[in-house]
Formats: sequence, structure tokens, C-alpha cells
Amino acid sequence: MTGLTFRKREEPAERLDLSPLTPSRLAGMAERDIAALAVGTSRMGLRVGDVFDVVMGDAATVRFEGGSHRFDRIGEAMETGEITVEGDAGVRLGRMLAGGRVGVSGSVGAHAGSAMTGGVIAIAGDAGERLGGPLAGEMMGMKGGTITVGGNVGARAGDRMRRGVIFVNGTADEDLASRMIAGTIVVGGRAAATPGRLMKRGTLFLCGGAERFAPTFVDNGPADLLILKIMASEFTRGEVGEVPFDGRPMRRLGGDTAVLGLGEVFLPL
Amino acid sequence: MPGVKDDTVINGVAVDDGFAEAFPMAGTALQITAVNEKWALEAARSMTGFATSVIACGCEGGIDGVLSPEETRDGRPGVRVLFFSFDAGGLEKQVTTRLGQCVLTSPTSACYADLDGEQKIDLGSAIRYFADGWQISKKFEGRHFWRMPVMEGEFLCEAQTGVTTEGVGGGNLLLMARTTAQALAASEAAIAAMRKVPDVIMPFPGGIVRSGSKVGGKYKGMMASTNDAYCPTLKGVTKTELTPEIGSVLEIVIDGLSARAVADAMRVGIKAVTELGPEEGALRIGAGNYGGNLGPHHFHLKDLLP
Repeated sequence: MTGLTFRKREEPAERLDLSPLTPSRLAGMAERDIAALAVGTSRMGLRVGDVFDVVMGDAATVRFEGGSHRFDRIGEAMETGEITVEGDAGVRLGRMLAGGRVGVSGSVGAHAGSAMTGGVIAIAGDAGERLGGPLAGEMMGMKGGTITVGGNVGARAGDRMRRGVIFVNGTADEDLASRMIAGTIVVGGRAAATPGRLMKRGTLFLCGGAERFAPTFVDNGPADLLILKIMASEFTRGEVGEVPFDGRPMRRLGGDTAVLGLGEVFLPL
Repeated sequence: MPGVKDDTVINGVAVDDGFAEAFPMAGTALQITAVNEKWALEAARSMTGFATSVIACGCEGGIDGVLSPEETRDGRPGVRVLFFSFDAGGLEKQVTTRLGQCVLTSPTSACYADLDGEQKIDLGSAIRYFADGWQISKKFEGRHFWRMPVMEGEFLCEAQTGVTTEGVGGGNLLLMARTTAQALAASEAAIAAMRKVPDVIMPFPGGIVRSGSKVGGKYKGMMASTNDAYCPTLKGVTKTELTPEIGSVLEIVIDGLSARAVADAMRVGIKAVTELGPEEGALRIGAGNYGGNLGPHHFHLKDLLP
């Protein structure tokens, strides 16, 4: 049985809240009930049936044929199953994701993977600012799971990240891993200024180097560590896929000593 | 002599109509790696030292096998070690103490879990405080590691390892020969073959016990004492199990992660001893038991003939 498909008719006139369209919430629902779900965010009161043609199928796999930067909150708090977006997605993609997989073939807005605790988010294009980060007032960002980004990420990716893995194939905008509590971020391209600002713990791999660091980072010198080899091999075999380091020695910075100072940044030698 | 009346004789070596009586144990497996095989073995030997008998050592441990770089988690030479104890709690206490004193301290070493299981015991999670606050936890791809800065560099250790309660301790073979040299030759042949069987260890020195024991003794508080029925110097003065031509007996004790692994090891051990023959090796193969009422695992020698 094929998945449950939402086929976009045309670009919506307003931003949509698609958080009700997760596998567990759609399971067992009739087509008429699904089409009646409210997804609008204005007084227009848009419903699923106003925006999408619904093709019924196994709700464990949800597919959006045609994306939009106005499709917000896709996969929010999802616990199991799979969501695939053919195109772009809006803000808060996979926010508070606990399990399952969310895949996007295009780019996504801000706060993708915000405060997620498990599961996998795979974004083929770019991601907006504060990837995995908390919303205003929240104490922690990403707390588990894996995010992969094929393109570039906006400012403050991994803000207040507590656990999990973020892999960015492209570049990272300013203040990557700001206030990071723990976890691992791998960036294949170059990081803009002051990555790791106020990070307490955690590990950054900046394989394309960085514009500059805060002066409160200290140089530990070359590091020939087994964990580099283990991470490279486990990532390659696992959800992250091939990474741009292979276990050979890297230059290690410690910081941010403005706070706890137990974080680390690995750079090419 | 009840053990010999229905003997099977293979290549001149008699195999008793008896059985080894073994017991359930909690077991685990670890992978120790190092910059080369020499240092992996140093760490493994140190960790599995003084782990011959659970009664006095708290656990039984040994080297299961040497691992090639292709078989290890970090692509370096390694050694697989097994440990067994009465329960998971006792096992954890012994493994973590030995990990901290023998592997953490050994140059270039790293330690990984090598057994899956729903029940876990701590490895790095138990000894991470040695790093005095500088320890680093890394969780990724379903694995959890602890990194501990040490003077040499960094000690990498998996947080936990799996435990099986399907382990079996106390499989055994008694190799009876005319002389000590022949008993030793038979035992060494058996050990060489048994070491190729995965998931088992022979925890005594070189895999061989010269002082097999019986339960209890004449002195108060003795949990075990010499197995006088198999002591050649006591023939005639005790209720012996030995015929007059037997001049020396050595025992091989086998612990395994499963009953099948123990049976496989005993099978190849018997085969090696019978192939060696009575002139160079043992005249007779037996097995120790306690009448069959104590241990649930009975390995009948006749079921394990080559």
C-alpha cells in the first residue's frame, strides 16, 4: 500500500500550519475527515481540502507532492512514521520530533528540528536560521536525533543544542553552535564568524575552517584521537552518511572559556 | 569405578560414560584494542589476570581470541575478552574494577562493548569520574562513548556493554595420563583446539587446572578442597576414581556465553585428545560433576564424541 499523499493544487495565499498531518494523527481517519482538518492561520479558515488533493494510502508514510516555504510545522512532534516533502518547507519543520523520519527535497525555513528529541530530519537544500535551536524562552534546543542538511544553514544553527548530531554539507552562517550545551555538529564548508560562542560542551567539526573565533577559544594543538576515527566510521555507516573527515589528526580548540570551556572544535591541520 | 565401566575407546583413549555438570552464569564480552597486538594483549592479560575461579576471584575471565584490525571497532589490533560471574551486579563490579586498573592504565588502549543484550552493565560510565570533570560523553548513531583525558592522550571507552544470563560456567574435561608430561601434552592439544571455538574461555593458567577441587572440605569454612578422588598419590587411601596406571590428571574448565559454545569446545577438546593418542597424551577422558543435582547443564561425554 502506498503512502498517504497531499498533492498541492496551487501556492496557498497564507502560511499553513501543517502540524496535524503526522502519521499518528492521520492513522485511521477517513478522507473526508482529513480534508476537513484546519490548516489555515488567518481568518480565511483554510482546510486541507482547500489546498491539497488527498490521495489515501497507508498513513505511516505521508507525502507532500509539491512544497512551499509557506508549509509550516510539518512533522511537528511526530513520534513514528515518515514524512516526505517534494519541494520546500516552511518554518519549524520537525520541531519537537521524537521519532521517525522527515525528508525534504528542497530548502526549509527557520527552526527546523527545534527541540527535537529523536528521529531523523534530512534536508537536501538549505536550512534557515536556528536549525535545531529553541524558540524564545525555551532552555534547550535539539535534545537528540539527527539532522542532515545538503546545502547551507543560517545563523545560530545548533543554538542551545543538548544532544544529537547535525551534519551540514555546505556552509554555516554566523554563531554556529551558540550556547551549545552538548552534542555534535559537523560542517563541511566554512563557518562564518564566532562559531561556538558561549558553548559549554559539545563537539564541532569545521572541515572548511572558520572566519574567526571568539578570543576565549584556546588552541590545544594537533589531536590524534580515536574518537575521530570512530565517529567517521559510525557516521558513514549510519544516518549521517559520509562526512568530510576520516579519523586523521585534526587541530583542536577548546572553549568557550568564557563559560564552562569543555567544548571542542576540530579543524583541518 | 563407575566412570569407566561403559567406556568408549577411540584411538586407544577411553572416554568415560559420564558428564560435566555446569551452572548458569551472567556473562559479557569486551573488545580491547591498542596500537598493536602486543599492547592489546598486555591490557587483556592484565584485565583477565586473577580471574580463574568465581569462588575466590569474584569472576572468571579470559581471552576469547585475538582480533584483526578488520574485526575491531577502531581498525586497530584487538583482543576479545569474556567475563562471567554469578549475577550481573557481581559481573559489573569485577569488570569495572579491572577496566579501571588494567585497561585504562595500559598505553594506547581503548575498550568497546562486544555483546548485545537488553541487560547492560556499565563500562566507561562507571570509571568516567577518573577524568575529574574533564570527561566527555559522546552519543551518536545509537552508541554512547566516554572520552577521558589521560597523560598519554585520551582513553576511549564505550559507556556500557551487554550481559547475557544464558552463560554457562563449569564445563570441564578431566584428562588422565600415565605421567604429568603426557597429561600436559594432552591438555595443551585440547586447549589449542578449544581456543578456536568462539564465545568460550578456559579461565585457568594456560587454560589448564592442575588442582581440580571438590565442594567443601574437612576444615570449617572451606568452600572447595582438593579433589582427592582424582589425586594419583592418594590411590588406595581414598575412594579413588583412578585406575592404577593413571599417574597424573589435569582438568580443563570451560565457561561460555551459551551452552552450545561450551559443548562445542568440549567436543573439539575431546577430538584433539583422542587424536593425540595414549602414547603421547591421555589414557582416559572424564568429566567432573556433583551427581547431577546442583547444575542444570549436563554435558554428557558420549554426546560429544568426535
